[in-house]
Amino acid sequence: MAVTGLERIVREHPFFAGLDEAFVELVVGCAKNVRFEPGAYLCREGSPADQLYLIREGRVVLEIAAPGRGAIVFQTVGAGEIVGISWLFPPYRWNYDVRAVERVRAISMDATCLRDKCEADHTLGYDVMKRLVPILMQRLQATRLQILDVYGKPAA
Amino acid sequence: MSGVQPAPPDPMVPQVARVRRRRQDAPDVFTLELEPEGAAAAAFAPGQFNMLTAFGVGESAISMSGDPARKGGVIHTIRAVGSVSRALTELRRGDRLGLRGPFGVGWPMADLDGKDVIVMAGGIGLAPLRPVIYRLLAERDRFAEVAILYGTRSPADMLFRSELEGWRQRLDVTLEVTVDHASEGWHGHVGVVTTLLPRIRVDPEKVVALLCGPEIMMRFAVQALTSMGVPAESIYVSMERNMKCAIGLCGHCQFSPVFVCKDGPVFRYDRVRYLLALKEL
Repeated sequence: MAVTGLERIVREHPFFAGLDEAFVELVVGCAKNVRFEPGAYLCREGSPADQLYLIREGRVVLEIAAPGRGAIVFQTVGAGEIVGISWLFPPYRWNYDVRAVERVRAISMDATCLRDKCEADHTLGYDVMKRLVPILMQRLQATRLQILDVYGKPAA
Repeated sequence: MSGVQPAPPDPMVPQVARVRRRRQDAPDVFTLELEPEGAAAAAFAPGQFNMLTAFGVGESAISMSGDPARKGGVIHTIRAVGSVSRALTELRRGDRLGLRGPFGVGWPMADLDGKDVIVMAGGIGLAPLRPVIYRLLAERDRFAEVAILYGTRSPADMLFRSELEGWRQRLDVTLEVTVDHASEGWHGHVGVVTTLLPRIRVDPEKVVALLCGPEIMMRFAVQALTSMGVPAESIYVSMERNMKCAIGLCGHCQFSPVFVCKDGPVFRYDRVRYLLALKEL
């Protein structure tokens, strides 16, 4: 019964929306419900990237610590979005900290499990990749905009 | 009955106006309330602009940022970026300046009836959109969903903060604010304005999006909207070019076949799409 509930949650999350039913059964085997209180860290920079988080409720911030400046928040991620790309590529390490700023409910996908299933079934792997790449592109575009500092004063 | 009709006012001759109020909104942004001398403030439509003259310095096109339905002075929000805009922001209560207008084609208010409306502003772009927001809120029943998305550089650069807080408390409007660069103590969203789009619920087939901000931001926003399924003809952008005469004569703001001052500054995106990426314009 619990698995059925998890299946429904995974299927309804925008990241896996429309995923083939057979694949849903496969990926649910890697999933579990998790909860974080405000201030809790979902992961730390440099630690093994062994999770993909599907955020269901609440918000997290992605941040990088800089000497003398503390934690610099560079992105907020909320319900319906995902956290974690690094699990897909070696060396499988987080590149930033992820901290809950509200009570967060999420699905945590075991990255090794998901990677193995993607490797074993390339159709699933390709489907997952097609879901991840647009997110990577959006975040790359967003990063470009931040770097461009478009709201700054034009050069004289 | 015969009589000599008064000549229509010459659009090239500025009225003299006085600064009635001045408020600082951000480190380099000020809102002025102007009172024309000897005449009532002219009616305007959201998105239109006036030409303001800082005497002895020059003239600049500045959009109205007040409520079109409000009686009283003319309200402009100005960012000090050049010599004219800096001189305008340095005016104090009682100081005089020149004013002519209103000019241009504004936001398509009549086309918003029954539609979902996204108001998407970046930086100082919130100022030309504020008249739209006033009307959307005042006539809320005319529209379906209303979402206001505002992105700015940092919390310190945020405009109209108290009004944003008031709008956020309304239950019939979605307001999302984000900053590109967070400072200590900022608990809101961090990321560019396009990252707010997944947080709103609109029907792409019946939405109209109104965009104002730096042109690069608008191009990225258009990409994000079209990837959501919003048609190009449902997206409006406010262009900024070097307006001089403001009546389509001098050609300073000519944007290929269109004059930004006379045919804009608000354009339907599909009509100017091909021009936005041209480096020469």
